[in-house]
Amino acid sequence: MRFVLQKLGFYAVALWAAVTLDFLIPRLMPGNPVDQLVSKLAQKGQVTPETRRAIELLLGADLDQPLWQQYLGFWGQIARGDLGRSVAYFPASVSDMIGQTLPWTLGLIGLSTIISFLLGVGLGTFAGWKRGSWVDNLIPSLTMLQSVPYFWLALILLYVFGLILGVSPLNGGYDPWNTFPGWNWAFIQSVIYYGTLPAITIVVSSVGGWMLGMRNMMVSTLSEDYILTAEAKGIHPRRIMRAYAARNAVLPSVAGFAISLGFVVAGSIVAEVVFSYPGIGNMLLQAVNSNDYALMQGIFLVITLSVLGANLLVDLLYGVIDPRTRARS
Amino acid sequence: MTATLPTTAGRAPRHEVDPVLEITDLSIEYQAEKVVRAVDHVSLTLGRGEVLGLAGESGCGKSTLAYGINRLLKTPAVVTGGSVMFHSREGHTIDVRALEGDDLRFFRWEKISMVFQGAMNSLNPVKKVRDQLEDVFTTHRPDLGKKVRRERCGELLERVGVDRNRLNAYPHELSGGMRQRVMIAMAMALDPQVMIMDEPTTALDVVVQREILREITRLRSELGFAVVFITHDLPLLLEISDRIAVMREGRIVELAEALTLYTQPQHDYTKTLLGSFPSLTGERGGFVRDTGSTHAEEIR
Amino acid sequence: MRNLPPLTPKLLVGLTIVGAFVLWGIVGPFVVADPSGIDNIGLSAPSADHLLGTTQTGQDVLAQFAHATRGSLIIGLVVGVLTLLLSAFFGVVGAYVGGWVDEGFSLFSNVMLVIPGLPLVIIISSYVTDKSVWLVAGVLAITSWAGSARVLRGFTLSVRSRDYVLAARVAGERPWRVLLVEILPNLVPLLASQAVFGIIFAILGEAGLSFLGLGATGSFTWGTMLYYAQNSLALMRGAWWWFIPPGLSIALFGAALALINFSIDEIINPRLRDHTRAVTKRWQVTGPSSGTAVEGAAPAEKEATA
Repeated sequence: MRFVLQKLGFYAVALWAAVTLDFLIPRLMPGNPVDQLVSKLAQKGQVTPETRRAIELLLGADLDQPLWQQYLGFWGQIARGDLGRSVAYFPASVSDMIGQTLPWTLGLIGLSTIISFLLGVGLGTFAGWKRGSWVDNLIPSLTMLQSVPYFWLALILLYVFGLILGVSPLNGGYDPWNTFPGWNWAFIQSVIYYGTLPAITIVVSSVGGWMLGMRNMMVSTLSEDYILTAEAKGIHPRRIMRAYAARNAVLPSVAGFAISLGFVVAGSIVAEVVFSYPGIGNMLLQAVNSNDYALMQGIFLVITLSVLGANLLVDLLYGVIDPRTRARS
Repeated sequence: MTATLPTTAGRAPRHEVDPVLEITDLSIEYQAEKVVRAVDHVSLTLGRGEVLGLAGESGCGKSTLAYGINRLLKTPAVVTGGSVMFHSREGHTIDVRALEGDDLRFFRWEKISMVFQGAMNSLNPVKKVRDQLEDVFTTHRPDLGKKVRRERCGELLERVGVDRNRLNAYPHELSGGMRQRVMIAMAMALDPQVMIMDEPTTALDVVVQREILREITRLRSELGFAVVFITHDLPLLLEISDRIAVMREGRIVELAEALTLYTQPQHDYTKTLLGSFPSLTGERGGFVRDTGSTHAEEIR
Repeated sequence: MRNLPPLTPKLLVGLTIVGAFVLWGIVGPFVVADPSGIDNIGLSAPSADHLLGTTQTGQDVLAQFAHATRGSLIIGLVVGVLTLLLSAFFGVVGAYVGGWVDEGFSLFSNVMLVIPGLPLVIIISSYVTDKSVWLVAGVLAITSWAGSARVLRGFTLSVRSRDYVLAARVAGERPWRVLLVEILPNLVPLLASQAVFGIIFAILGEAGLSFLGLGATGSFTWGTMLYYAQNSLALMRGAWWWFIPPGLSIALFGAALALINFSIDEIINPRLRDHTRAVTKRWQVTGPSSGTAVEGAAPAEKEATA
């Protein structure tokens, strides 16, 4: 129980830091984003004083208000889920826009990360178990794939499979002409069809890291005394590999999930742009290109919240799979 | 256990009449960049129910020999010659070196179980004691029902003086002595005929060490398994062994009854080893073997 | 240096590739044509005049590539050094001082770690319209040191409690001396590998940023090349000579650094060494027991501690 509270406490601090960063960045930056934003909004339609006020709260302005009052107001707005209005998609609100795109990104990055993690840990287990086998010798080349930028790999895959072979769609998240978004089979099929290449990109780029980490931990774990004991007990090698070696070797990979997740998310966001995937990364680029500060801030907040949430889940999972953490904390 | 007392004249020693393990000319090499012969033509016979001490300094090959018996060596260590024969209670003889695959797996622990040095790391840190004990039964007695299995595990723990509800504990929740008791319980699980103990008490403090030794002695007299006890601690061996083999640089330099070895050491190396330990009781005559566990009591 | 990595084939290949890129980054820009020079032979395939073809506006891709190599390497180097300093400060110093400083540093690193870096960099860069290379490097460094700091902290903690370090402290050596003389030398391989990682991440991060059009103003890097290529639909028009070289360079350079890191890793963790296929074959491990035969030195280690 203490372990859980400790973790929740840490993520509360991280959440506070993220929101505060979101609050401070526009205020610390040169120029006046509010005026820029309001003038842009004015081109597209009437800007009411309330809208202006909301933008000021979000991005900061030369108000008479002291900073701490602005800060409280900022928290209040976030708590209400009001992240302002988007310029690029005027007059839609930022929360609506994020609500539309977030499921795409969560689905794509979430699923690919899980697949990549499981695949990497599985292959790493095998490579560490049978050192010098062909799987083990695969590792250097897979790690090299890691240093390929996600977006470039996306470009190449798109070039080969989309343009030359023509087996994959060139952009988008589903077929907008022949299917209709909703829980119908045609749409789901189309989503899978459109999502496969982006997912492959993410898996191929990230699997090497998981695999190498797992393999090296397997090698270290296999020289532990309890492995020898298990062997002397006559336990089946497959069971030793799974229940004794891999079960222990996977712990650091889970503990190090946070480091890798940030990297995967960053890469995937840029990869989305290549595929014009209707996710949050692509929208972030749209926001950047049209200086849509409110949307940018909102997206940053949501990405951070999602990453924090995923890390919290993994940390709690770690508490379950490693009994020692519960005792220590 | 009259059988393990120093043999009286006229009766053939137990290990000759009824051997359980016969090691002949066993050689083991580390085939790394430089080939090192860790075990050099070693021959040993272990009598049924006998405690054989294996003494020697660090790196003399005594652990390698122990792992070689049970075929636990890893590359680059390779058995290059000799034979290991196991004679079961039922009268079968098993050529251990010829065992392969599942046969070898089922032989291990069933016939020869092991207790390793440093109980700290012999238990899988992420599994409950129960799971690790049950592992032995699920592997070797797959027909056993879940309930019977649990019951057996509980009995085993109680036999080594650990409370039954410790089954639900993780290794890190137990003290070093308790972990070693759990390991001993695990080693007894299948009623093996030989138990190889590789420095089982080295990492423990003296008081706990005493308790564990008493436990081992008691269990052995109850269950009658033979023990190969490996340690660098010669005085300790003198207390608990029937016979003692002294190993140096891969060879057995002296093998004799504990009492004989203590009173009339033949090899210079044995003399050095004996001389390098202060006498436990202060006076040199304190040979403790025949008083058994009562003496251990006194020392505490 | 006490233990340089042995010159394995891996290390040799890694060093050769890195060396070639560095040389090209230094010399290249002096020998190629003007990277911005516009011509009316837009988007032509590689030829004798233009070894790597031209861009949409007829700029020589080879010339751009030379300048881009220099730009990316500079970013990588600067960010690598900055990351190293930041992570060493927050990881090593924190763990060495201990107490509240360590708690604070550790909390700060962990918070920085879980806040995703690239989105933050994107936000910051989009507010600043006129960015220098140094600003981009600084922002990248600020968002990428935390992982290394955590790794370094863990290792420092273990070194700090080693006997000889305790002995030095008890003997009354000054804290900074203990840190520099007793602890830091042990950290050198780890620091090196973290710095190499820092360089890889920096080049990748900058490439991503530039690809989104948020790189340093007027700079030439592999990322900006890809950005212009993408914006001119080089991919759809099949102008492979434009987007293959920069991307492949990032991949190759990163892979070369990873190879160097493999060698450094083997110093940090000797158990990873000596288990290539060839060596395993030499031992002639056959039969089912080899499935469980894994750690070669296990019994030897046992014996050593016996």
